[in-house]
Amino acid sequence: MAAISREEVAHLARLSRLAVTEEELDTFAGQLDVILQAVAQVGEVAAADIPPTSHSVPLTNIFREDVVTPCLTPEEALSGAPDAEDQRFRVPRILTEDVAS
Amino acid sequence: MSDLIGMTATEIAALVAGGETSAVEVTQAHLDRIAAVDDRVHAFLHVDTEGALAAARAVDERRAAGEELGPLAGVPVAVKDVLATRGIPTTVGSKILEGWRPPYDATIVQRLREAGTVMLGKTNMDEFAMGSSTEYSAYGPTHNPWDLSRIPGGSGGGSAAALAAYEAPLAIGSDTGGSIRQPGAVTGTVGAKPTYGGTSRYGLVAFSSSLDTPGPCARNVLDAALLHQVIGGHDPRDSTSIPQPVPDVVAAAKLGATGDLTGVRLGIVSEFVGEGAEPGVMAAFRESVDALTKMGAEVVEVSCPTFAYALPAYYLIAPSECSSNLARFDGVRFGLRVGDDGNRSLEEVMSLTREAGFGPEVKRRIMIGTYALSSGYYDAYYGQAQKVRTLITRDFTAAFERVDALISPTTPSVAFPMGARTADPYQMYLADLYTIPTNLYGGPGISVPCGLSEGLPVGLQVMAPTMADDRMYRVAAALESAIGTFTPPAL
Repeated sequence: MAAISREEVAHLARLSRLAVTEEELDTFAGQLDVILQAVAQVGEVAAADIPPTSHSVPLTNIFREDVVTPCLTPEEALSGAPDAEDQRFRVPRILTEDVAS
Repeated sequence: MSDLIGMTATEIAALVAGGETSAVEVTQAHLDRIAAVDDRVHAFLHVDTEGALAAARAVDERRAAGEELGPLAGVPVAVKDVLATRGIPTTVGSKILEGWRPPYDATIVQRLREAGTVMLGKTNMDEFAMGSSTEYSAYGPTHNPWDLSRIPGGSGGGSAAALAAYEAPLAIGSDTGGSIRQPGAVTGTVGAKPTYGGTSRYGLVAFSSSLDTPGPCARNVLDAALLHQVIGGHDPRDSTSIPQPVPDVVAAAKLGATGDLTGVRLGIVSEFVGEGAEPGVMAAFRESVDALTKMGAEVVEVSCPTFAYALPAYYLIAPSECSSNLARFDGVRFGLRVGDDGNRSLEEVMSLTREAGFGPEVKRRIMIGTYALSSGYYDAYYGQAQKVRTLITRDFTAAFERVDALISPTTPSVAFPMGARTADPYQMYLADLYTIPTNLYGGPGISVPCGLSEGLPVGLQVMAPTMADDRMYRVAAALESAIGTFTPPAL
């Protein structure tokens, strides 16, 4: 049985903000199915009472001293921006026409 | 071939320090070598000729002024294109960052500069370090100097090939599931993954943050240890960086080179010497085990039963973290932006940008991760993989109560022909079968050349407990002293 359908892959692509083509959907559906069936093997391990590990190093919040250190200038910070204006990142419209009007 | 390019980093540094050659001469020799062979190898995505010569001149001037030079001053180094380099293109092998020039240096790059090493340029890699052959680079594959029709491993195939082709004596890689060790194994070079947190991730383009570990690549164990010492250690700018000194890996490599392993207990991972590995790989591994035994090591077999589930656990955890990390490539702050015609919404532009900028393997992993993290699937996939991670760690901990270090072949096969696995993504994943457990546990691992099979290099992997990186260097250096290094046919 397939672990994942073509429609589910299309849904994942939308969630992932990937405007995939119809041809890619055909290819990815088959490939993701193989991969998901293989990784589902983790379910064979009896681990109900085992705590999860997110990280090999025990993590605690780390705060630095509140001291001013050198940092990027606005020009440097914006140097890689696809579009900038008045020391800010310029983006395509966020609101739809309906909401904006 | 100039004598200078055949030398070890240790030899080059001594000649530069002694004034017998200059850093400029050494650098020019390597730049000439790159010009002569890299059209066939394609190890580099960017060669920084002017920057390298300027850095070399600075070392020569410091020497002339009587300043004390560090142990690697004047030695050229190739840097995987996953690390941010100020003003120098950094692409991660992806079209989405084509032309991006970072406004800052990664901590490791900064330490390389402070140590007086000379950065030659940026090396090719699988896009976003996702792959085992460097064929997933958006800028074309790298070729294995041992046989140009074969893969150099991945994701750090460019760094490993640069070493094997004598384009650089040292290189930097990053290892999330084997991306330093597997390329090392299939190119006959040395690649070390330090303890997670032992090397800074600041300025390393993130793939899977709980696993990503930058580390040294070299043609011999001592050079790798010297580079490890230079780049390692605590970095306040990385919150997962371990606030302890680097274990004395250089002393350990020197101790190992004496060829005495008396009192060292080594465990062969039973699960990794079964039918999965090629016969030629196993033959070279068995001969190396004999060599280790002759040097006084006590070798036993140790079973780590959960390692069989490391690959599936990894291919849930790493894609999950990647799907989150790569959300930052949204066409807003840096990199590519596609389809911004003044009418489309931010979300439409974002989707078109990511579609155009990411290659197929990156898209697959983002979608697998998105799936594994979805409500309804989370517990069965990502949550379960994290529990398996705990059990793998327990296997390591139990093993290290019996032995000082674990050993296995680094990879199940020698370098495979280009194109052999690109149509079947899961076959590609299997190249990392033996390297992945270490990443999930967080300990250090090293691949050292241990023989040839059908004329192609085989690597032996040494895995040590967390923050016992010195142990793996000792064992690797001992093996190297017994069986030597391996040189590919002339290019």
